[in-house]
Amino acid sequence: MDKKIIEVDQVVIKFAGDSGDGMQLTGTQFSNTSALIGDDVSTFPDYPAEIRAPQGTVGGVSGFQLNFGKKVDTPGDFADVLVAMNPAALKANVVWAKDGATIIIDTDAFTDKNFVKAGCNEEKLKEIYNDFNVIEAPITSLTKESLKDSGLDAKSMVRSKNMFALGMVYCIFDRPMEHSVTFLEKKFAKKTAVAEANIKVLKDGFNYAVTIHAMPSYRVHSSTIEKGVYRNVNGNTATAWGLLAAAEKANLPFFLGSYPITPASEILVEIEKRRDLGAKAFQAEDEIGGIMTSIGAAFAGHLAATSTSGPGLALKGEALGLAVITELPLVVVNVQRGGPSTGLPTKTEQSDLFQALFGRNGESPVPVIAASTPSNCFNYAFEAAKIALEHMTPVVLLTDGFIANGTEPWKIPAMKDMPEITTQFIGKDTKEYLPYLRDKKMVRKWAVPGMKGYEHRIGGLEKMEVTGNVSYVPENHEAMSIERDEKVKNIVNDIPELEIEGNKDAEVLVVGWGSTYGHLTTAVREMNEAGTKVAHAHFNYINPLPKNTADVLSKYKEIIVFELNLGQFAKYLRMMHPNNHYEYYDKIQGLPLTVTEIKEKVNQILEQL
Amino acid sequence: MADTQYTFKDFKSDQEIRWCPGCGDIAILMAVQKAMAKLDHKKEDYAVISGIGCSSRFPYYMNTYGFHGIHGRAGVLASGVKTANPKLSVWQITGDGDGLAIGGNHFIHEIRRNMNLNIILFNNQIYGLTKGQYSPTSLFGQVTKSSPYGTIEQPFHPGELVIGARGKFFARTIDSKVAETVDILVEADKHKGASVVEILQNCVIYNNGAHNAITSKETRDDNQLWLKHGESMIFGKEKNKGLVLDGLNLKVVTIGENGITKDDILVHDAHQELPYVHLALINMNVADGFPVAFGIIRSVEAPTYEVLLEEQIKDVQSKSKIKNVDDLLHSGNTWTV
Repeated sequence: MDKKIIEVDQVVIKFAGDSGDGMQLTGTQFSNTSALIGDDVSTFPDYPAEIRAPQGTVGGVSGFQLNFGKKVDTPGDFADVLVAMNPAALKANVVWAKDGATIIIDTDAFTDKNFVKAGCNEEKLKEIYNDFNVIEAPITSLTKESLKDSGLDAKSMVRSKNMFALGMVYCIFDRPMEHSVTFLEKKFAKKTAVAEANIKVLKDGFNYAVTIHAMPSYRVHSSTIEKGVYRNVNGNTATAWGLLAAAEKANLPFFLGSYPITPASEILVEIEKRRDLGAKAFQAEDEIGGIMTSIGAAFAGHLAATSTSGPGLALKGEALGLAVITELPLVVVNVQRGGPSTGLPTKTEQSDLFQALFGRNGESPVPVIAASTPSNCFNYAFEAAKIALEHMTPVVLLTDGFIANGTEPWKIPAMKDMPEITTQFIGKDTKEYLPYLRDKKMVRKWAVPGMKGYEHRIGGLEKMEVTGNVSYVPENHEAMSIERDEKVKNIVNDIPELEIEGNKDAEVLVVGWGSTYGHLTTAVREMNEAGTKVAHAHFNYINPLPKNTADVLSKYKEIIVFELNLGQFAKYLRMMHPNNHYEYYDKIQGLPLTVTEIKEKVNQILEQL
Repeated sequence: MADTQYTFKDFKSDQEIRWCPGCGDIAILMAVQKAMAKLDHKKEDYAVISGIGCSSRFPYYMNTYGFHGIHGRAGVLASGVKTANPKLSVWQITGDGDGLAIGGNHFIHEIRRNMNLNIILFNNQIYGLTKGQYSPTSLFGQVTKSSPYGTIEQPFHPGELVIGARGKFFARTIDSKVAETVDILVEADKHKGASVVEILQNCVIYNNGAHNAITSKETRDDNQLWLKHGESMIFGKEKNKGLVLDGLNLKVVTIGENGITKDDILVHDAHQELPYVHLALINMNVADGFPVAFGIIRSVEAPTYEVLLEEQIKDVQSKSKIKNVDDLLHSGNTWTV
């Protein structure tokens, strides 16, 4: 067969196999290499909640999707290339392959036994072959053959089969192998035999693909990206680093109290590593311990944060109220996942919005902000800390499993360019410290143990205005409730206005918040390029909403709110700005939006106009 | 260290005390204020942290930094304060409901971590602030508002929990014994690690006289054994009763009877690492014919959490190339466009 060369701007690849097959590592390697040679990359790891789910079953399939090339804002809807290490992986993912996509299968794993485990039969799967360009490669046996002289046992040999697949895909896309070679040498520095075996298999996979000629080659147009130093980053790491950056900028020590929970644990793990920056991470005995130690650290004068996911936020609710009434700075990071209860621990969702806004007893106003890409988790974590410290309030930062685990290349910012943060410590020469004396923005001052002469008591009981003594006076409770509310409302003056992307003068406005940004901006851009008039407004600031929200919304005939829940943000907008009509587009499958479905919805609305 | 001499009055806040007249908490407040005046910390370096309940109102009556938290969470609040600033002398005020029921999980974990905290546990065997429900230390069969037919639950012995959580310091005292309590609190503060002081406290309203068998004038000499490290375990009105080991069990004997002399009586070793004798002492009770043990029952040195953390930070900082956030952001794989 003649070698086809396909010219494209973007390519989507999905690696899929058993949860022990090393698909996450394979996908990460390909993404890193692509990023290193200057492509835009967006990734979407998708794995089961079980660490080693039953082998060969659909429930145990672990996938890693990535999109690379030019102007990449999402991991892509459908794959151009699917690598399926067994029948279950093929069955679970073939619906996500484009018509005519290239599918690479490990024929060694396509056994009767595995067909049964996957709940399908060979004939049915063969039908799939008609619609795609299927490349049958005996990956497992070729890996064994490649390593027959390595001295490794059979089990260890087979473990390298993901490198064979990676080598093949490197060949198809003409990527250099050197970055993965260096990675393997480093990873297995103490096990040189394993390092050598993996590198050999990687190269043999590459060469095998050269030899068989059966696959197309792609030439992917690279992005023209801004000059600078880049790295890959996922949302959880970026969140951890954003908090550390805020602490450094505010000249404060950093404390994180946390309890392991999927998909937020990585934030705790990253801060635990950062003893080198003097950060104190405290792995508490439970979620409540996580937030309470953080409140204690905030009382003691640290920038304090706690990280969790939905069920953990529920457990922290009472303590978050304590931070509200004591008016201490605190960042609560909620990496949202599918709920309610344990729900879908490894899957993404935006359904904790109401919990973040309202999930506490009493009048308990909390600023809520949301990051929208893996790398801007850094900026919004920084921003959450800045708001907390400058306004003496707990702040909830919402991210979710999609951007927490997803990666993208990131132009590394310089600390000198980050905004200044002004802390609210009481001036050293202040004669008398009145804990609840407020400034024009309704913000109180911060005095911490160790400061001479400013000894005071705070706590969960309602406090008298100004003095902070316990007070049951009815009018005082009302006054304090209003003051706490006003304080949070005042933050609106310190946050940026909402910006419109796309055709500003369109009749239809696409609205989203948080992690749906990439899909929405791609859909709107592609529609605009195709001549369809549509605008896009994306919210990162949820409470308070940006000052110009009403102005923006009132300009459009139709507002379509896209979100991964049953319409929480749309309902919130309707409550805050009731004069507009809001069209809902809700998805709650544990999956991100697709560009395709966004376009379909917008077109459907446009037809009705 | 403190450059001023304090008196207990320096630690009184201007807030009106709202405990019931005759409440045991009032005496404990006095004891804590006296202990703080005796200790060598600056006033601004004290932090008094509490949960919820009658005892947890404590911080409001202290002229120190104070934090009245939420129910059961005093331990974790105090742990956060101490981890953030190890220089502070952190006092956790809690009760049998706050510390052992809703806060039971935090209680065992803070002891396990051995953070240098003073954990003052007011034990009145009842929920006072919610008006008289049984607590985890209420006696089996005790009739309360929420156990009208008697409880059918076995109580915790706080000291036994401390030992179970591998605790290093446990002392017991009585609210009315202010002088003894002051000495114990001073030692608890000086001890490096989680120091648990159980104070038998009398709730005059909902459980009045709960500790009478131990504290009443008629019986107190025979039913209280005040332990001092290095001294014989002698008690009784006539100072002629003592404890000996009979096999693996403690036994009460009388000096001068059956050939027993003072030399046969056990000598208290609070610093013994193995907890068996301490556990036996903790579990003694009047119903079984024993006196109740008071004083510092266990005091064993061990590394503390906050010191280990600070050491680890120093060690990692001396080895890591990452000195600031710019370094961090540029660590690992980067590329230039």
